[in-house]
Amino acid sequence: MATDIKLAESPASYDGPGFSATSFDKIIGLARANSLWPLPFATSCCGIEFMSTMASHYDLGRFGAERPSFSPRQADMLLVAGTIAKKMGPIVKQVYLQMAEPRWVIAIGACASSGGIFDTYSVLQGIDRIIPVDVYVPGCPPRPEQILDGVLQVQELARNESLRRRNTEEYQHLLNSYSIQ
Amino acid sequence: MLTNEEVAQTIINQFGEAVTDFDDPYDLLTCSTSRDQIVPLITYLKGHQTFQFGFLTDITAIHYPDSVGKEFCVVYHIHSLINNFRLRIKVYLTAEDVHIPTMTPLFASANWMERETFDLFGIIFDGHPDLRRILNMEEMDYYPMRKEYPLEDGTREDKIDALFGR
Repeated sequence: MATDIKLAESPASYDGPGFSATSFDKIIGLARANSLWPLPFATSCCGIEFMSTMASHYDLGRFGAERPSFSPRQADMLLVAGTIAKKMGPIVKQVYLQMAEPRWVIAIGACASSGGIFDTYSVLQGIDRIIPVDVYVPGCPPRPEQILDGVLQVQELARNESLRRRNTEEYQHLLNSYSIQ
Repeated sequence: MLTNEEVAQTIINQFGEAVTDFDDPYDLLTCSTSRDQIVPLITYLKGHQTFQFGFLTDITAIHYPDSVGKEFCVVYHIHSLINNFRLRIKVYLTAEDVHIPTMTPLFASANWMERETFDLFGIIFDGHPDLRRILNMEEMDYYPMRKEYPLEDGTREDKIDALFGR
């Protein structure tokens, strides 16, 4: 039934007949949060788990993430799923750099978050050593529900982010600490 | 059916003292030779009328940091598909001089195997057409499979003793 469709909640506003006044922050946050276009960077077992998250049963598309893009163009949520070897590190960073602001990053699973069980010479011990991460999803591998929860956390961040956050000195400082720009 | 004794005897007849340490752990015939003899030996086995060792299964190395004068061992596995017979040949090298002639003229597949062995153990294959790292990143400045380095990363904070009540 069409009546079962749950619409996004409208932000707090001042309403009158024929108009609704709210702040830019809220309305743009609403749009961003409900149209996060994911760029899956899947390297191993977590990638397989992420595929089932995208497939019909768990259906990442329900959250406005209907266009997984495999290209940095127009993507604003980077999902790193799986072990990132040190040799792969520069490629992950390049993909991140090619994404336009605003962009969010989810580290899916133990390997992407911390290197996981691969405490060894060839594996990057967590992608937060090369790019800033917004949400870490624990698990080895995490269930699709956990990945969806991570996406919901990012939605929450996107919804409540100030429009000027990406211009703040603090954010510039964060990027500089990764020697970005 | 080739037997281990048969193959070993043929090698001894041909190379005499140059091939030593015959053994058959788990029925896999194993012998050792020297750096100068490895290419002639494998050339001979590959071209042998009955043996026909036409397939190079693997080239790798082992590091024995404690055995003085024999710190490195390069291991060749060759396989005769005709006879379904495998042979392992070892060459011991000292840590000061990790040079060994390349096997690439004989087996094209040796190219990548030798690159991998160079990448992980730092064995230098003289005459290799393109000896550079194959698995690790180019910037890596050490040979990770040598037993000279701690096994773990050392910068991990989720494995500190305090978290495990140690």
